[in-house]
Amino acid sequence: MEMPTPSAAVLAKKARVVERLQAVLPASGVIHDPAETRAYECDALTAYRCPPLCAVLPASTEEVAAVLRVCHEEGVPVVPRGSGTSLAGGALPTADSVILGVARLNRVLETAYGDRFIRVQTGRTNLSVTGAVEEDGFFYAPDPSSQLACAIAGNIAMNSGGAHCLKYGVTTNNLLGVTMVLMDGTVIELGGGHLDAGGLDLLGVICGSEGQLGVVTEATLRILPKPEGARPVLMGFDSNEVAGACVSDIIKAGVLPVAIEFMDRPCIRACEAFAGAGYPDCEALLIVEVEGAPGEIDEQLALILEIARRHDPVELREAADADEAARIWLGRKSAFGAMGQINDYMCLDGTIPVSRLPEVLGGIRALSGRYGLEVANVFHAGDGNMHPLILFDANRPGDLEKAEEMGADILRLCVEVGGCLTGEHGVGVEKRDLMAVQYGPDDLEAQMAVKDVFDPAWLLNAAKVFPLDASARRRAA
Amino acid sequence: MRPESEEELAALVAGAAGPLKIVGGGTRDVGRPVAGEVLSTAGLTGVRLYEPGALTLVVGAGTPLAEVEAVLAEQGQRLAFEPIDHRALLGTAGAPTIGGVFAANASGPRRVNVGAARDFLLGVRFIDGAGRVVKNGGRVMKNVTGYDLVKLMAGSWGTLGVLSEVSLKVLAEPAAEMTLVARGLAAEAGVAALTAALGSPYDVTGAAHLDEGVAGAAETRVRIEGLPESVAYRGERLGALLEGFAPVEGAASAALWREVRDVTPFAGRAGAVWRVSLRPSRGVRLTEALGEAGLAHRALRDWGGGLLWLLVEDGGDAGAALLRARLAELGGHATLVRAAPETRAVVPVFQPEPAPVAALSAGLRARFDPRGILNPGLMA
Repeated sequence: MEMPTPSAAVLAKKARVVERLQAVLPASGVIHDPAETRAYECDALTAYRCPPLCAVLPASTEEVAAVLRVCHEEGVPVVPRGSGTSLAGGALPTADSVILGVARLNRVLETAYGDRFIRVQTGRTNLSVTGAVEEDGFFYAPDPSSQLACAIAGNIAMNSGGAHCLKYGVTTNNLLGVTMVLMDGTVIELGGGHLDAGGLDLLGVICGSEGQLGVVTEATLRILPKPEGARPVLMGFDSNEVAGACVSDIIKAGVLPVAIEFMDRPCIRACEAFAGAGYPDCEALLIVEVEGAPGEIDEQLALILEIARRHDPVELREAADADEAARIWLGRKSAFGAMGQINDYMCLDGTIPVSRLPEVLGGIRALSGRYGLEVANVFHAGDGNMHPLILFDANRPGDLEKAEEMGADILRLCVEVGGCLTGEHGVGVEKRDLMAVQYGPDDLEAQMAVKDVFDPAWLLNAAKVFPLDASARRRAA
Repeated sequence: MRPESEEELAALVAGAAGPLKIVGGGTRDVGRPVAGEVLSTAGLTGVRLYEPGALTLVVGAGTPLAEVEAVLAEQGQRLAFEPIDHRALLGTAGAPTIGGVFAANASGPRRVNVGAARDFLLGVRFIDGAGRVVKNGGRVMKNVTGYDLVKLMAGSWGTLGVLSEVSLKVLAEPAAEMTLVARGLAAEAGVAALTAALGSPYDVTGAAHLDEGVAGAAETRVRIEGLPESVAYRGERLGALLEGFAPVEGAASAALWREVRDVTPFAGRAGAVWRVSLRPSRGVRLTEALGEAGLAHRALRDWGGGLLWLLVEDGGDAGAALLRARLAELGGHATLVRAAPETRAVVPVFQPEPAPVAALSAGLRARFDPRGILNPGLMA
């Protein structure tokens, strides 16, 4: 992975930068000892590491603004960091950068049930947002699988999704407003407690901008009343094609499940060995979950099961009670852990049109044969968000590179059939050099023009998202 | 000018000698009046791809909305965000286009549940002010590949680029719908009922209150949709929760929401019309404050009270200074959707932005439309 050469001038003035940052933050808020900055050398894409110049932990919007003003004046690159759970290297530092962590910004600022929103500081974890409102019957819908740890700041930066977005949408559909600090220290407010922000939709473009346009310190998030209940059903099929057709028919029938999860045979076997959830040994497995009161759930499941039966399932399993429901989910929820048990793995998240599912799964199988690496598939089928897990051995020289090459081929295939490189993890450094597969020079130019406006000196997280050669002129200016 | 292809459109924009007034069907005459040569997208028509089983439609931006809706209806699907038809309210004629729907981010009552037009736009192709063809997003529902210019284009009223193709997410038509209606409630009680309904687990897809004098007696409406048994169940539960509401079903229910969507009670009535977006709990405070300050108005409240359509006397600033001063305290923003061209020429139609935000917007316009030729001044 190529990264820009760190600026010698910035490296040379570390002491001065640290001193200036110490002048605007409490002592514990500036971390500059090399033994301690190592804690920030990577995120969840652990294959790439680089300790930053230093790390700062501001505790208020004002402190964030003060930090950014210093860095702006000194011309020091800044890499914002939520909880460091990015799978794409979104928070990977460069040696000449200041890591700006939002971990100390973790307060709930306002809960407004009548207006159905909560306003929080963005260092707060995703799950703790729901935690703050669930006793009163509400929840925050986006639910990335790292929700126990990941911060709202990172969710906004990556426009995170989750298993339930078929019905509830992703972060951008649930974000009403932000307080954001621009690279020069200017604090702006966009949106608020109302449903649509006025003027140009800057809020929409900030969400998913991977920390390149500003640092979001506070967020107004839409909260929804909790449904009365939910129940999954499990279906096994003897081919991926049939399972894919079943997904399509369910969606076409007009029932909108909250989740449709898909697992292929390698994944089913690994999960079964790991968790013993009692899954059938078949080619493809679907878990479909619907919500509502018991009678409403029965009505929806009757329709879904009728459709499933038309596709000759090898297994159809309904959950009679909460225990059985939990068992249906058990294998799926332990999928990543199960994979981690047997191998190192690389998880991709290319998204494809649901109709091309069988073709893409076939293509992945062919690539798996050609590269000699196993692939297990587990993904959100309702919205075509794949999660191929490429299994490799990190201790075997060349295996990581081989897995990366194969991953790139899978993502090219996703784009080829009308999909995209990343559905919810973001580009970061991981998919940066593949951007040209999906976008032409003018398409990238239009996106980079947005960064020019928000961060003219290209100091914020600048080595991400755009291929280095495409952004070179701007980063050098 | 009426190009028949994206290439032709790009060439026309690149070669434009002066300002262009971009129109689809020309039915959404909102914003500062634009002086410029008319560039119509109405020639860029046709369904490029429709996959009902993937809930996706890709279509030329100039395709008439009616055609899109007909294609979807054949498969029992629809545009779930319920786009407002501006014709009656604005007194315009013509055929609204799908591109115009997104350029205006035209959402309707269901916005409160499923999201706005911008939430259903998956991908765009557009021509920027330099004549470059740009694509962003795609045709899949989850896509975080690069910046989301799709959202930026939605609601930009043709000022950042001319849409040539849009891909969107569609949803199934529900099998049943029901509206619970109460008459004669004061605004405060009406909005309180809407808040209770929206805070319930019964999946409310419409929540509106028409103040007295908007369409006769005051009326409060709450809509639910879905499978028949589920609608019956939720109707009963909501009825118990809300007291004094009676059910209206099927076509009669649908008609109630077309009226709210298109703000038809203000169609054909003299006066200027404001569209105000604010915290639902503050809508009544705003209208009370306007009344106390002597600004006579009628209010139709949608989105649980968070979207106000206000009918006021036209002329002068149409209440702009007062309204925006109150909004500075309460939060939110106001757009002067309908007024005489003379009024719109002097009153900022869109809410003026704080300086740093205005600078960002201006910066984006300068990048996407360096010559300032795309609907110049429309959003000023």
